[in-house]
Amino acid sequence: MHLVHTSPEADVAIIGAGVVGCAMARRFALEGATVVVLEAATDILSGASKANSAILHTGFDAPTGSLELACMQAAYAEYMDIRAAMNLPVLETGAMVAAWSDEEEARLPTLLAQAQENGVTDTRLLGRAEVLAREPALAAHVRGALLVPREYVIDPWSAPLAYATQAQMLGARFLFNAALKGARRDGATWVLDTAAGEVKATTVVNCAGLYGDHVETMFTGKPSFEIRPRKGQFVVYDKAASEHLRTILLPVPNDRTKGVVLTRTIFGNLLVGPTAEEQEARDRPDVTRPELDMLMDKAVELVPALRDMPVTAVYAGLRPATERKEYRVHADADLGYYCAGGIRSTGLTAALGIASHVFALWGRAHQAVRGAVNAPPQPVMPNLAEHLPRDYQTPGHDGIVCHCEMVTAREIRAALDSPLPPGDFGGLRRRTRCAMGRCQGFNCLARVATLSEGKLRADILPEGDA
Amino acid sequence: MSDTCDVAIVGGGPAGLSAAVELKRQGVARVVVLERFGRAGGIPRHCGHPPFGMREFRRVLSGPAYARRLVATAEEAGVEIRTDHTVTAVRSGGVLELATTQGAMTLTARRVLIATGNRERTRAQRLAPGLRPVGVMNTAALQSFVYEEGRKPFLRPVIVGSEMVALSALLTCMRHGMRPVALVETRERVQTRRLFMALAALLRVPVLTGAELLSIEGRTRVEGLRLRRNDGTETMLACDGIVFSGRFTPEATVARASGLALDAGSLGPEIDAGGRSSDPHVFVAGNVLHPVETAGVCWAEGRRVAGVIARELAAETGETTEPASRAGAAVRPGEGLRYVVPQRISGATELNIRAEGAARGRLVLRDATGRELVVKTLRAYPEQPIRLRVPALDAAALSGDLHLGLERDD
Repeated sequence: MHLVHTSPEADVAIIGAGVVGCAMARRFALEGATVVVLEAATDILSGASKANSAILHTGFDAPTGSLELACMQAAYAEYMDIRAAMNLPVLETGAMVAAWSDEEEARLPTLLAQAQENGVTDTRLLGRAEVLAREPALAAHVRGALLVPREYVIDPWSAPLAYATQAQMLGARFLFNAALKGARRDGATWVLDTAAGEVKATTVVNCAGLYGDHVETMFTGKPSFEIRPRKGQFVVYDKAASEHLRTILLPVPNDRTKGVVLTRTIFGNLLVGPTAEEQEARDRPDVTRPELDMLMDKAVELVPALRDMPVTAVYAGLRPATERKEYRVHADADLGYYCAGGIRSTGLTAALGIASHVFALWGRAHQAVRGAVNAPPQPVMPNLAEHLPRDYQTPGHDGIVCHCEMVTAREIRAALDSPLPPGDFGGLRRRTRCAMGRCQGFNCLARVATLSEGKLRADILPEGDA
Repeated sequence: MSDTCDVAIVGGGPAGLSAAVELKRQGVARVVVLERFGRAGGIPRHCGHPPFGMREFRRVLSGPAYARRLVATAEEAGVEIRTDHTVTAVRSGGVLELATTQGAMTLTARRVLIATGNRERTRAQRLAPGLRPVGVMNTAALQSFVYEEGRKPFLRPVIVGSEMVALSALLTCMRHGMRPVALVETRERVQTRRLFMALAALLRVPVLTGAELLSIEGRTRVEGLRLRRNDGTETMLACDGIVFSGRFTPEATVARASGLALDAGSLGPEIDAGGRSSDPHVFVAGNVLHPVETAGVCWAEGRRVAGVIARELAAETGETTEPASRAGAAVRPGEGLRYVVPQRISGATELNIRAEGAARGRLVLRDATGRELVVKTLRAYPEQPIRLRVPALDAAALSGDLHLGLERDD
């Protein structure tokens, strides 16, 4: 009798390699579970996680007592705990919720009270003079602000890449171009029909973001929530703009109008956004002219020195909002189905906490094959933060390829040869920042295409080019 | 690591290299060109078509051949060209901060010349709507693919823009087996001589003027460009690439990081008639001042500014090392004029002017009292380089700001 070769059955199949899926894979792998991650796209972070405002939130304004708040605060602590070992940067900007009218000013004490109740006890109110002393470039009509000292800016891509890489080092398998097409329960096993072949797992965790409800239907027959994509557009200003603002500028929440955030990025730019536009399409994060103009008008209104500031990039992301505000996290242990759905805009901050929460739910009914891993391997991420030493400053590199973002050929090669290499041009950009700067590849695109040729799942050059 | 030289030139394109050669010719001892790429030569490196070099070498060369010739001439003249040297900022007193493969270093120069050129505005800077697939690029990237890497980035692109560089993109495509679907101009008329666009018609590439870009389409690679044509109809041009050509903007990153005063119209550094910036040690030449002129114009300008620098250095004795300050009266461009370079004049000089769109009318230079100093009748196509010769002006004329106005015929 011959043994038929089948891929081994995993404890957990994680559907989706966004920031939540990457954190989930890490947590389960750290706890000794065997993990397989199914990603429909050619790289991690290809959906909602590829576009956000890159802020590490304290949860000062999250609903008191909510799962969202608990996950954010647990994740914040864990991020600060692991970041040194993994070389994950933090730009300690702090944030100000700035009031620009009587009405907004009157709401600040309520926000302060909520922040205090949420345990963010270092928040305090600033008068107009204090605000302007801290941020002299703000428009003079600012009225006051709530200061939140520990809202920070992080690298929105190196963090989830670190989670995924650590998971992989612990044995997790990542499958790309592996969209889920169907699932059936065979005894205590899920048999998953994917675009990359059949995968078996005892349990599944739905981290499918914008397709969370579709994926849930495949497992339960009927989704318990409905994804209603919300588009957020952003404008990234030239690095010269960042001298005009140090602190993250947040809007006072308002029922009528959606305010926008103005923040530095860890890469040395200044970002304004997002818009909040409801739309049907889950795969159409397009930028549109009136909204980009609105964002820039708003930015100039708050920081007049941004008038005529060159734009470096514009982008849009889709957030997996649902018909309700809260996270849609639930479990059916008998079915072996776990769901982290509707993680709409705090996912970058909360992912580590969501992962621990879902693992705790899972652990009540299941046991990992091995116990928790002692002294797990730590991936060390390359630094791309502008305020910390970059590769080009270290002697011995073989030249700068992208001059706008000062990316060396050595960095590009290292990313291509890394344990979880980029699957497409976007992934290479997110891992190295090449072609992300003010010239957007005017100078380096062709060179980058040559350096990466044959090494990406989706090449930069069209198929059939000789 | 630190080092010194007489003149440090930031950028090894036509302006920087011609300046370097001229400085050596006039006896300046140590001239260093700092080039951030692996090879000097500037944009012509990847413009694989003629005509280059008529003014400089009295023959018709392709861009790459011209770039090689510029480099060879500089090396023969004793210019030190340092490739893979990126200048991150120029500090006061002529101190350059450099990023090199050996790490950070500084170079102190008696004078600095910034000749960092220009680039085309990106899709982002134009706020072009739509998705963000792979295959959207500028002409320079297209030409780098073809002439430096020997690759085709697409097969059926749409070319956006109708300046001269759009023709360059068109010819690059046609000569290398790519077939442009159309040439799209968002303004009502083409942005160069109409005659040049006859070439597109000859090649059976439609030129769509007055088109509004509605969206770039394609989830991973470019699949199309949706636009509203000037007759109001919406159409989708199926294509696998989009070239955003022209709309040049200065590569003023070093100038900005160095705190030089920038011109709100050109977006490049402000200079006086000798090419001196707001920092007395720092001169500027080439397309970083006036997007965009031909390589030949930049070459001549580099040579002229080099002459000013050489004379100033020769006049310096051991004791006095403080350079002069920017000289002359400011020239303010009026409505309808995008920029005028130089921004200050004293003696007889030639102004380099760019109008917004086509310009027909009188170009008038007045002094602060409104007195007409120079008048020229103008018939300029869009993006046409406009020159105005200004004679030596009297002290009264130079006592306040000068005003350059465009009085349109219509």
